[in-house]
Amino acid sequence: MKNSRSLEERLGEWRSYIRRRQAVHAVDADELEDHLRSQVEALSEAGLDEDEAFLVAVKRLGDLDSLSREFAREYSERLWKQLVVAPGAGAASSAASRDAVVAVALAVAAGLALKLPELFGLRIAGADAATSFYLRNLFLFVLPFLAAYFAWKRDLQPSGWLWLTAPFIAAGLVMNVMPFKASGHTELLASLHLPIALWLTVGFAYAGGQWRSHEQRMNYVRFSGEWFIYYTLIALGGGVLVGFTVFLFQAIGLDAEPLVAEWVLPCGAAGAVLVGAWLVESKQSVIENMAPVLTLLFTPLFALLLLFFVATMIWTGNAIDVEREVLIGFDLLLVLVLGLLLYSISARDPQAPPALFDRLQLVLVLCALLVDALALWAIAARIVEFGFSPNKVAALGENLILLVNLGWSAVLYTRFLAKRASFAALERWQTGYVPVYVIWAWVVVAFFPIVFRFQ
Amino acid sequence: MDIGKDLVAASATPLVLAVLGEGESYGYAIIKRVGELSRGELQWTEGMLYPLLHRLERRGYVKTVWGRSETGRRRKYYRLTGAGVEQLAIQRRQWQVVDSALRGLWFTAAGTVLQPG
Repeated sequence: MKNSRSLEERLGEWRSYIRRRQAVHAVDADELEDHLRSQVEALSEAGLDEDEAFLVAVKRLGDLDSLSREFAREYSERLWKQLVVAPGAGAASSAASRDAVVAVALAVAAGLALKLPELFGLRIAGADAATSFYLRNLFLFVLPFLAAYFAWKRDLQPSGWLWLTAPFIAAGLVMNVMPFKASGHTELLASLHLPIALWLTVGFAYAGGQWRSHEQRMNYVRFSGEWFIYYTLIALGGGVLVGFTVFLFQAIGLDAEPLVAEWVLPCGAAGAVLVGAWLVESKQSVIENMAPVLTLLFTPLFALLLLFFVATMIWTGNAIDVEREVLIGFDLLLVLVLGLLLYSISARDPQAPPALFDRLQLVLVLCALLVDALALWAIAARIVEFGFSPNKVAALGENLILLVNLGWSAVLYTRFLAKRASFAALERWQTGYVPVYVIWAWVVVAFFPIVFRFQ
Repeated sequence: MDIGKDLVAASATPLVLAVLGEGESYGYAIIKRVGELSRGELQWTEGMLYPLLHRLERRGYVKTVWGRSETGRRRKYYRLTGAGVEQLAIQRRQWQVVDSALRGLWFTAAGTVLQPG
């Protein structure tokens, strides 16, 4: 009698530890508890007493990734908790510190790489030729280090390294060999699209070369969202730091601004790319809680904005003014909507039934679709009237790509809400669509300048 | 006999689908059934089975129902969906190809078994 009571107590304890893990939902815990109890029963029938049966059953469950390590660490004085500590606990901390050293070293290297061209007289805050050089090559100084970090971390195969370096070399050649006209449209377009093309090359390294895997692509989407938040936070802190640097030295009559503009800002911004990536990798659970909340907050707000915008457009009858800045602005807006959509898809539990937030998401997608169609209409009308220009064709392409994506997403969302399709279909559509962006980005980077004669 | 890690991983999905093809079941029973069928050679861990079951659910091959065990506690049962039945048929055809190819090599035309070594 006493024994069975203590078994219940221990199961209760075990359950509360397991529930503390965010990775383990209440339903998973129920399932695992049922498993544990079945195992205890079977072992008891085989002749073990309940204490032993419980220890053996927990030990077997101990393989269940890090959840057991987590609940064992908290109360290490108890026997069964020591049993479930994975042997790798000590090794894990040394791996973490090695990871930190590599990340910081690469961050410093990226910062210094950005200053390398100065040896050849190209100063960051220098003449027009230097500005144009940095505009074209900025990301080529930073993203290879990020790719190298992931290639190292994921133990990329030698053949993978080849796939990884080829795009960077190709980009370096395209951006520096082609005779761009100084501050022309094609140069700016190529410079804007290069980070998109290269960001997905980094994704190849992030996925450890398994870029065909849908799960890996979704992880990379999640990583990108979390990285963006970390980077913004670092930038905010960096801004405060820079402000005080200038202020303090001013107080003693020295001008720190040149130093800040030449070194602290550019090197810091480059290094922060790697530090942000490292933070996402090592301190995942912190942001994991924040990013979905931000998405939850801004999805309805953006849906509202788009709704009002479309309503106002219809009410006033004002058409979209097709200027370069306006085109870029609309593209950015649609990319942001897509980002919100992608991120909330990646953060969502695919098993959960349709909820209010999914309806909101559908409203957002439908509004974006409408805005996209209106922008497309305006661009097409403009092309018919004035002919092709690199900016208009780039905007046309991007809007079409997003139109297809948003359109099919809306269909899949509707089907999901009507419970006629699983959420996984939507996930797969989004991850399967990723190569389209890469291909288009490369087209703009490599073919637009040639087609439009570098204007 | 130690069965290689890759083979265990590759055969896990068809085995789970096939076990569920016999009727709905739950995690512990699936591990037990696979153990029996393989005469104890395949000892799956929970750390492998549950993530796999959840993945199959995500892909829409199985669905889950909460039921009660014989002793009355909550238990999660897994059941094949229409897509799961299709997937099982696909996997079955694929494994039959591998199986018959290996049989062709391991058994001579006369039907005598080639012993290793």
